Amino acid sequence: MEKKSNKKLVIFLIILCVLIAIVPLFALKGAEFGGSDDGAGEIVGTIVEGYEPWATPLLENILGGELPGEVESLIFCTQTGIGVGIVAFFLGRFVQRKKDGKDQ
Amino acid sequence: MHVMEGYLPVGHCIAWGAVSIPFVVAGFIKIKRIIAEDRKAMTILAMAGAFVFVLSSLKIPSVTGSCSHMTGTGLGAILFGAAPVSVLGLIVLIFQTLLLAHGGLTTLGANTFSMAIAGPFLTAGIYAICKKANMNKSVSVFLAAALGDLFTYCITSVQLAVAYPSEAGGVMASFGKFLGLFATTQVPLAIIEGILSVLIVMALETYAKPELRAIGFNKEA
Repeated sequence: MEKKSNKKLVIFLIILCVLIAIVPLFALKGAEFGGSDDGAGEIVGTIVEGYEPWATPLLENILGGELPGEVESLIFCTQTGIGVGIVAFFLGRFVQRKKDGKDQ
Repeated sequence: MHVMEGYLPVGHCIAWGAVSIPFVVAGFIKIKRIIAEDRKAMTILAMAGAFVFVLSSLKIPSVTGSCSHMTGTGLGAILFGAAPVSVLGLIVLIFQTLLLAHGGLTTLGANTFSMAIAGPFLTAGIYAICKKANMNKSVSVFLAAALGDLFTYCITSVQLAVAYPSEAGGVMASFGKFLGLFATTQVPLAIIEGILSVLIVMALETYAKPELRAIGFNKEA
């Protein structure tokens, strides 16, 4: 009984998350959606005119330029993948263990 | 929560690094102890770390028209307390610095302090207070994780404001500017982080009772 209401709550919460993430995209059509890290850099630029960072990322030094966007998304995906893999692997084991009645 | 490479003066970089080191060392020691006490804790610790990996890799559009990402550190702080999370957060920050040029080696100390120390400590604190007040567990987890996420960005704003005081209004004026960007962007994301943390805790409470018992996270709040 308790489980059923939980299920509904879980589905509702997941939908809510997706909505919060997606709505700005449609509400603010044409917005740039750049990174807020870069936004902070711009603010620094308005406070200290013409500020130049005194160090550049190690990776950009090695590559001699910025990481290409596609490659960046690849590495971000790798990061997500590693995380989801670990979470899903253990959670899957837990679920099966409970099914087998060995969770006490 | 990343202060970009080269955006903090050398003195600040060293200072934030120095402040962070004791927390990371304490976290390391605590992790060793947790695992030594019960091997079962290892799986939950790995999941908490993986949760940070996932959430900090998802860049989500927000109401200000810019993207930001969550920290994911709240879950670990709720389950293990704040100190161990500083190590998990540091690992993720190093990953992103080296492979993604996000954040930076010079600003690693500052970023560690905001995301892996200050945020988790606030989360753990709020969770402890909620627990004392006998609040509903899901609500407690939500509040603790969401506010911890938000707090991380407040600290980032402080760090930048101290480094770049405005000509008119000084540190406070700068703080307002940075907070205006970070905090508003982060509010919806903090809500998502809170919800996701609740979902994971619910899943763990259903399926991983022995592990939660092993780390002393009881079902009864």
